[in-house]
Amino acid sequence: MDQPKALPTNYVTQPDKIATSKGKTVRTEEMIINMGPQHPSTHGVLRLEIIVDGEIIVDAIPHIGYLHRCFEKHAEHMTNYQQVIPYADRMDYVASMNNDWAFALAIERMMKIEVPERVEYIRVIMAELQRIASHLVALGTYGIDAGAFTPFLYCFRDREEILDLFEMTCGARLLYNYIWVGGVSHDLPQGFIEQAKEFCTYFKPKIKEFNDLLTYNEIFIKRTAHVGVLPRDVAINYACSGPMLRGSGVHWDLRRDDPYSVYHKFEWEVQTGKGEVGTVGDCWDRHIVRVREMEQSVKIIEQALASIPEGNVQSAIPKRIRPEPGDIYVRTETPRGELGFYVISDGSGSFYRVKARGPAFVNLSVLPEISRGAMIADLTLIVGSVDIVLGEVDR
Amino acid sequence: MELLQHIGLEQNLLTIVLVSALPLVFILLYALVTLYLEMKVSAHIQDRLAYMRTGWHGVLQPFADILKLLQKEDTVPAAADRFLFKLAPFVVFAGTYAGFAAIPFSSAYIGSNINLGVFFIIAASSLVVIGILMGGWASNNKWSIFGAIRSAAQMVSYEIPTALAILIAVMITGSLNLQEVTQYQSGGIQNWVVFGGSLPLTQKLLILPFTLLTFFILFIASIAEVNRTPFDLPEAESELVQGFNTEYSGMRFAMFYLAEYANMFLVSAVAVSLFLGGWSSPFGEALSGPLWDLFWFVAKGMFLVFVQIWIRWTLPRLRVDQLMYTSWKVLTPFLFLCVFAVGLILVL
Repeated sequence: MDQPKALPTNYVTQPDKIATSKGKTVRTEEMIINMGPQHPSTHGVLRLEIIVDGEIIVDAIPHIGYLHRCFEKHAEHMTNYQQVIPYADRMDYVASMNNDWAFALAIERMMKIEVPERVEYIRVIMAELQRIASHLVALGTYGIDAGAFTPFLYCFRDREEILDLFEMTCGARLLYNYIWVGGVSHDLPQGFIEQAKEFCTYFKPKIKEFNDLLTYNEIFIKRTAHVGVLPRDVAINYACSGPMLRGSGVHWDLRRDDPYSVYHKFEWEVQTGKGEVGTVGDCWDRHIVRVREMEQSVKIIEQALASIPEGNVQSAIPKRIRPEPGDIYVRTETPRGELGFYVISDGSGSFYRVKARGPAFVNLSVLPEISRGAMIADLTLIVGSVDIVLGEVDR
Repeated sequence: MELLQHIGLEQNLLTIVLVSALPLVFILLYALVTLYLEMKVSAHIQDRLAYMRTGWHGVLQPFADILKLLQKEDTVPAAADRFLFKLAPFVVFAGTYAGFAAIPFSSAYIGSNINLGVFFIIAASSLVVIGILMGGWASNNKWSIFGAIRSAAQMVSYEIPTALAILIAVMITGSLNLQEVTQYQSGGIQNWVVFGGSLPLTQKLLILPFTLLTFFILFIASIAEVNRTPFDLPEAESELVQGFNTEYSGMRFAMFYLAEYANMFLVSAVAVSLFLGGWSSPFGEALSGPLWDLFWFVAKGMFLVFVQIWIRWTLPRLRVDQLMYTSWKVLTPFLFLCVFAVGLILVL
């Protein structure tokens, strides 16, 4: 086992500054503040150790691990590959469908299982609905970070409609265990397609309402433009992905650039931040990328609903899954970015090793970089714009 | 004292104490109503229902809330400065309550008809800053100190636009006594200072844009004075975890809350008295009389309180530097312009 590494030493408090006022010397000190894990705007149990000079942040060091549940070790100890899917659900609990899918896809690729066309469509519909639901949580809580409480409830009202759709499909509202290896657990129920279409027509005007209320609000723009700027090169160097990366103006979306499933059949566009109200890669850009991705997801869902074929929802897979010895890395685009599973099989009925590459974990690592020099009030907005889910950061 | 003469009671210690306590009764009743109003208004803005189970549409909920707060343990953090910590909520409330003394609720009732009424209110409400600083400092919590210092900086900066806006109303009406200011505006909606007061028509038309602007700025500054969104930085939940009152519980916490609500009405009352005709009826002589006066005054005040609630549940929060920018570089210069223009027009 690796020894735990010593804490980074680059945050040693700076020597006290000496200011002079009316001939007297005044000593000013930097202050170390602990933010979290019970702080309302750290989106879970993130703990930030922040060093401040007045209201200005000198450094912010994230401390994680409060929600560590040994996902990888548990997965190795399961007697069956399928049993791990409910665990994968619990990683990013705001976007469970996308987690399930990434996990199932890894095993399918390893086993070279072809899934029926209908399954691919169902998965796309579910993943995109989940993407909207997840972005709604991100955008709504972002409103709270900025001090606006109302957009949050509007977002949750709309998310409820999506959860109702999920509930009628698989009975669960948060952790679905719906996408299985080789297919999905149930076919779409009667009336699902109509209700999903209804949702799409209902939801499109709501995006505009949300934008009017929050996105283009003058105070909100003032708070988020030019704040937490993540330059393109830094984003790439830190391996950021998802809206974090696209907010910095990088055209990169795995649904298009490393295609899986049937995304290539639909018309949609990758959204990037353009610095409309501030600098490219600021908090507002990441916010607007999420808003526009919801619009694109609605577009994808509408097309998928219109052209979903009939057929089986489970392909013929062996009762006991035993992949050939070997390894594979499969990545998908979740609402937060690139979720990849690196799987090593030794030919037995369970994993030899599985490693999850979580987008929120990787995106969080860039936080100190973009929060230096900001104010405390900005820090909550920067953390919010990273859109972390601690379940996935800590796993 | 005027009230005593009005209803023909003798002046003795008991009646004086009782009459002076009237604003307190008002504050308590008003706080109950506003607690309920805030929850219901916010709920309807946010597409939900709020309390529905405690009584008809939850009207008993404020009582339940107060009962809960009364029962709670009064905790004092181990490292806190006990004396200051316990004193702070009362200082905050005292500052607000003192302000009510000079508010003319009706033509028949004003706590103390002093000549420097507005001046007294500004001075008394400055006590609130001391109370908040005291609470934040005594809590011995870094977040609380942040909140308290922000609060002090904010309230001190916003007193300048407030004072300048009040100055403009005083220039037009020629008095610092709120009772006299209100009497000056009586005779209908056209005589309100916000619409130029009872000046000759040409002067009125010239002065109108400036008085409207002044009223608008005074209202913004008042929201900042009472620490409500978009200026609620001292208790910014997402940043400071409630700021200066983080460590308080039970009735001490409730005192902060009560003071905040009372302060909301106080600043509205000042704005109403100076700009919206105070207790005078908008229809001239019709619907006026001591009780109607009280009705008009409370109705106008509650309308402004409602607007404050409405703003709170709509807008995000400003940042500290943006807050200071707004005060010093936007509101204050505009008010200097207004002071100059109004002075010029009055001399003409």
